[in-house]
Amino acid sequence: MPKVTLTHFEAALLFALFSSVVLAIVTKRTDRERLKYGLYCFAGFLGFLFGLGWLMYAGHG
Amino acid sequence: MFWTKKSPREPRPPLKQWLPAVAVGWLVPGGGHFLLRRYWRGSLLAAAITGMYLFGLMTRGALFTPQVADLFTTIIHCGGFFGNVASGLLYLLTVWFGYDQPDMPGMVHDYGTKFLVTAGLLNVLAMVDAYEIVVGKKS
Repeated sequence: MPKVTLTHFEAALLFALFSSVVLAIVTKRTDRERLKYGLYCFAGFLGFLFGLGWLMYAGHG
Repeated sequence: MFWTKKSPREPRPPLKQWLPAVAVGWLVPGGGHFLLRRYWRGSLLAAAITGMYLFGLMTRGALFTPQVADLFTTIIHCGGFFGNVASGLLYLLTVWFGYDQPDMPGMVHDYGTKFLVTAGLLNVLAMVDAYEIVVGKKS
C-alpha cells in the first residue's frame, strides 16, 4: 500500500467529499434531492473548515 | 394532558427478510444496495466508503483494539474498534494481511485513524439505508 502524505486542507477536503456522498444517498429519497443535499453538505463542511481555520488563526494571534 | 397516548408498535419485519441485505452491506460497503438492485447508489456508497478507508490506510492510520480502563479510554477504544469492524471485509482483509500500524503522533496519521473509523460509521449508515429499503420505508 503506497504511503500518502496529505495537507490538512486535502485531508479535510477528502473527508468532506466522501461523507457528503454517503449522507446525501442515505438521507434523501430522490436523485435531485440527493444532489442538492450532497452539495449542501459539502459546502457546509468547507464553510466550517474555513471558518474554524480563520477562528484558530485569529485566536493564535 | 401534556402527554399523548403511545401509538401501537409496528410489527418487526422478519429476520429472513432484511438480514441478507444488512449482512452483505456490512461485509461489502454498498453490497446491500447491490443485492437490492440499487446499483447506482451501491456504486457511489462503495466508492465513497472504500475510498475513505483506503486513504486511511495510505496515510498509515491506526486501528483500534478494545481496551477497558477509565471511562474515556474505554469509550475511545471500544468505539473506535466498533467503527473499524463496521467496515466489514475491508477491516478483515487489513488485519489478515498483517497491517499493524502503531498509533503515532502526527497529523497525517491522526487523519488516517479518523478516516478508518469514519469509513465504518458511514458503512453503518449504508446498512441502515439498505434495511429501510428492504422493509419498505424507502424506495
